[in-house]
Amino acid sequence: MQWLSIFHDYTFQNVVIGAALLGLISGPLGSFAVLRRQSLLGDAISHAALPGVCLGFIIAGSRQMGSIIVGAMVTGALAALLMLALTRMSRLKTDASIGICLSIFFAIGVVLLTYIQGSNNASQAGLESFLFGQAAATLRSDLWLMGGITLFSLTLLSVLWKQAKLVTFDPEFAHTLGLPVSLIEVLLTTMVTLAVVVGLQMVGVVLMAAMIVAPAVAARQWSRHLGAMVFIAAGVGVVSGVSGASISALSRGLATGPLIILSASIIVLLSLAIAPQRGLLWGLLQHLSQQSQLRRRQILYTLYKTQSTRDQESHGLPFRLNFSAAVALWQLRQRGLLVSQKTNRLPMLAGRRWSLTSLGVREAQSVMAELNGKIT
Amino acid sequence: MLDVFFSSIELQIMAVGALVGIASSAVGTFLVLRGNSMLTDAISHSIVFGIVIVWLLTHQQSGWFQLVGAALTGLLTVFLTELLANTKRVKQDAAIGLVFPALFSIGVLLLNLYANDVHIDTHTVLLGEIGFIWLDITTIAGYNVPQALVSMGIVTAVNYLFIILFYKELKLATFDPALAKTLGFAPSILFYALLMLTSTTAVAAFDAVGAVLFIAFAIVPPSAAYLLTDRLWLMFLIGAFISVASSVTGYYLAVRWNVSIGGMMAVMTGAFFVLAFIGGPRYGIVSQKIRRMNARRANAL
Repeated sequence: MQWLSIFHDYTFQNVVIGAALLGLISGPLGSFAVLRRQSLLGDAISHAALPGVCLGFIIAGSRQMGSIIVGAMVTGALAALLMLALTRMSRLKTDASIGICLSIFFAIGVVLLTYIQGSNNASQAGLESFLFGQAAATLRSDLWLMGGITLFSLTLLSVLWKQAKLVTFDPEFAHTLGLPVSLIEVLLTTMVTLAVVVGLQMVGVVLMAAMIVAPAVAARQWSRHLGAMVFIAAGVGVVSGVSGASISALSRGLATGPLIILSASIIVLLSLAIAPQRGLLWGLLQHLSQQSQLRRRQILYTLYKTQSTRDQESHGLPFRLNFSAAVALWQLRQRGLLVSQKTNRLPMLAGRRWSLTSLGVREAQSVMAELNGKIT
Repeated sequence: MLDVFFSSIELQIMAVGALVGIASSAVGTFLVLRGNSMLTDAISHSIVFGIVIVWLLTHQQSGWFQLVGAALTGLLTVFLTELLANTKRVKQDAAIGLVFPALFSIGVLLLNLYANDVHIDTHTVLLGEIGFIWLDITTIAGYNVPQALVSMGIVTAVNYLFIILFYKELKLATFDPALAKTLGFAPSILFYALLMLTSTTAVAAFDAVGAVLFIAFAIVPPSAAYLLTDRLWLMFLIGAFISVASSVTGYYLAVRWNVSIGGMMAVMTGAFFVLAFIGGPRYGIVSQKIRRMNARRANAL
């Protein structure tokens, strides 16, 4: 039980709480981004936070969380607005606008980063950690800041809930109702910046894109309702944050950010596979059960048709006996629709003479009636 | 003339920058036109995964293995993205946003695990340093040439060879994929070939500019060119011109302010893009505004 002592570890507590906060904010905000087809905008905004981090550092003169967060928010929001402006005012498509904002802002960030390094400021060490995050360096005071931002953005989201929902699903209708559609769109887009600044310390600017997308995509598989989706996304975010942080703490030297992202990715894969109704596994099972039902009906039908006209004894079975047919024959016999007699001519199932019971005849007739009804 | 070029580190750094730009904007042009430019983002991040895997298998940090590995990783990224999107449960853009961070994370974790014996660290992976190309030299015809210059030269030549050979097909597949398919040109195979070239370009440019700045060189010059012209061949020329201009100006500004050379070159592509966005002759916002004002005046009369 020695590993339990880790829960009393100060750093570990900070990291887990921080990761949970990150999940809590990025899940709900990401849900809106994903539904509004702006998944990659989160990527651009998080890359664009880098010059803000550097500017915040230059202005404050030290690695102060407050000024760094303000800087990141300003440049992140600026990149988002610039991207919207590029798409509206030029003939570039959305993807190119996102790519331009992402790469240029990041390049400015790199230039500023090297400028700070060149200026020989002693406290600049660790500024680079914002590329990948440095979860272990999280302080209690950072947590209060992150918690405050999370609380603020979730409150804002719940206040704007109806408007945001309408703008997400039917902007034209929202417009006819007289809602300030562009304002709400801009607000929803720039709010992603808030999630990004919470993630700065945890996963860094490079991997933040996945924290926006993954919980939302996972949640989308489990629910068709926006409200439920937002809650599930928050839950998925918290679970992946906490599990990533814990794995990182238990293994020595594995970075927290990538582990959080991988946990989220695994939850997405599981959700895609097993979520009820939408899950790929259920789809496959449904397909198989339909196939076997069809097979059973085919056998009933052919047996009913051949029983009167041909002798199975001389011709063998009136259909090819493969695996699925064998399964279907077995199932039908279990249900008492078929009986079989040994004829010794061939081994196993093929060596039997199959005939319908009176129950089977009735079933076959109802199948035929249904088929005839469908044809005519 | 050659002597001057090969004895000047400055000129060679600028040449590498320009070649990175020319090679990546050549493939980037098609991606921007097709609306797939964020695939460069995905590819450039996930080749980190490929580079680490190839390094663990062969212990080679550059060379043919890495190029082939990168091409395969690029294809893997696109394949996984399409696989996710084809389930119809995830939209294309969300699929991109899921696949590359996952691959990138695995790459970073592998770096963590084997950090002691891998020379690449996450810093160089992301940023690269074009100023250090001089550290890795080969000798060709009596001249000392940076390895990066040779590999970028080859990649540029291969990219343009591909584009010149399949110019008509690529043009058709870009602007009318449906027609290209009915005529039997297999646009998807062309597209995959293009993405393989994009990945090899990314890995060749990797040492010089890193994973993220590659995106700037691949997307920004073609986008600026797209705002300046309607002719496909002119887009290549303008893209190449912007690449050369930004690597020259970027180099001098970087030296003057003592900042990252690759980063400054990428920033300069952005500056040229802004110029095209504002002052482009036909699609720039100034000329759009003038045209709108003229139309209004004509209406008022």
